[in-house]
Amino acid sequence: MTNQSTYSFHFIGLLIVLLICFVINICLGSVTISFIDTLKILFGSVSENDSNTYIIWQYRLPKAITAILVGGGLSLSGLLMQTLFRNPLAGPYVLGISSGASLGAALLIMGTSLFSGALTFSAFNDITLAIASSLGSFFVLSLVLVVAAKVKDTMALLIIGLMFGSITAAIVSVLSYFTKAEKLQRYIFWSFGSLGNLSWVQLLIVALCTMIGIFLSIISIKPLNAFLLGENYAKSLGIGLQKSRYIIIVATGLLAGSITAFAGPIAFVGLAVPHITKQLIHTTDHKIQIPAVLCCGATLMLICDTIAQLPGSVSVLPINAITSILGAPVVIWLLVRKRKMIF
Amino acid sequence: MVIASAISFQLKKGELAAIVGINGIGKSTLLKTLGRFQPIISGSIKIEGKELSTYDYLQMASKISVVLTESIASKNLSVYELLALGRQPYTNWLGKLADTDVSIINKSIALLELEPFLDKKCFQLSDGQLQRVLIARALIQDTDIILLDEPTTHLDLYHKVQILKLLKSIAHETNKTILFTSHEIELAIQLCDKMLILDGRENAFNEPCKLIENKNFDTLFPTDTISFDSNTGSFRIKK
Repeated sequence: MTNQSTYSFHFIGLLIVLLICFVINICLGSVTISFIDTLKILFGSVSENDSNTYIIWQYRLPKAITAILVGGGLSLSGLLMQTLFRNPLAGPYVLGISSGASLGAALLIMGTSLFSGALTFSAFNDITLAIASSLGSFFVLSLVLVVAAKVKDTMALLIIGLMFGSITAAIVSVLSYFTKAEKLQRYIFWSFGSLGNLSWVQLLIVALCTMIGIFLSIISIKPLNAFLLGENYAKSLGIGLQKSRYIIIVATGLLAGSITAFAGPIAFVGLAVPHITKQLIHTTDHKIQIPAVLCCGATLMLICDTIAQLPGSVSVLPINAITSILGAPVVIWLLVRKRKMIF
Repeated sequence: MVIASAISFQLKKGELAAIVGINGIGKSTLLKTLGRFQPIISGSIKIEGKELSTYDYLQMASKISVVLTESIASKNLSVYELLALGRQPYTNWLGKLADTDVSIINKSIALLELEPFLDKKCFQLSDGQLQRVLIARALIQDTDIILLDEPTTHLDLYHKVQILKLLKSIAHETNKTILFTSHEIELAIQLCDKMLILDGRENAFNEPCKLIENKNFDTLFPTDTISFDSNTGSFRIKK
């Protein structure tokens, strides 16, 4: 393991599991479609049952792809933040980036009625929602970063992140107090988190943002690895600190912001998946960790979504509930087992 | 407030030098300024006759490597991964190690006898072992100059001596210039080629025995508490 291991076996394993979860996710739902039928529909041979084709192509396939993008993207943004903040508890949700996205979304959905004079175009479409919540998450992320430069303490930073979350929650509740019922309902449903509401067009936007985020992460592999030693060491290794930091922040904001815009604030995935991945693949090298975290995040999200669908029943649980139930114990387990947090 | 001024010294290839002085006199500040971690307040610093500020960060990375007092950010790094990071200034955009990189890494591993630890994570190492790994990483960066900020703190006498002897042999055998700050004045006197005594007055820089002759150590600490014995090169507590 000392010399450059390629971890090809790990990756083959991860991809097989991902593929299995993907197919299971598509098969299961309120209507169970058999494995063979699913494959037939996916590979284009026309099934007799037209409603199944419709369910799979218009509902389940976009949802499964959303799950992959959301899980992978949020996990990657978690990994980037943990390295950037040198903090094992960093993640888009805990540090208030998701709250920032919520604030952006809330301002757009509910705030437009308050400032309707100025914003009469009211073109509240998917793209403006994505931009608003991305801006919101960038805003909170840069605030956290400014504060992070002043306090070096891990715990203080976390508490500050929670405080930012409280502030945005307060603003959101003020907004909801003054807004109309149907807009409030719209926001509440957004905040439950959902993978199932995305059209193919929206999916394309998320995919594009995720791809840019992944691209920026890949060109930052070297700086990310150097950051593992600390900023001064990274500087002594010839890394341009400011530039790398900005690229990583933009990647994080783009990933967390765009995903939260369409799928709602999804808890704990970003925080927990990098830790789970590091239990599976024992390396800190981002060249290995970035693809591994993407695979693990996507797999976990598919599993969570499959559970949330309550296969065989008509009801659907909010995805946020499932990720929290799975994610929060991971954080507790990490704290209890290791005592000292290591990332 | 200016604490120490008019500091002037130069180091040649293959020299081991120490910066000593009482707490708060600016040893670490001086070292960090030399390593370009903080801006120059006044004066000039040159490497091979060229002003420090004319080097960009990547060029600096092939001139100066450092071992800092701050602990590394991720103790989850394995020893080999940490060592390999020393090659960053020379590797491609993905950080892939070429054959020459691997052979340089292996040479330093052999020199510092790190074979037993390669697969270990940094949090599993003792302070002395981690310090050796960090020194090896600096060596692997393959620079003409190595700066170390208090490389012997938290170590017992045996490991202090081991580290300092190691630095001496590296400086002499690989012809590198090594500069470190230290509170181990007595050990530094025995091992260093040159010493800089930061006292805020003379800031004497010379070979240790010359410094003893010139009685530069005598007034380093308040003389009513500690005196310097020039015969043994050690400090005595006044009773």
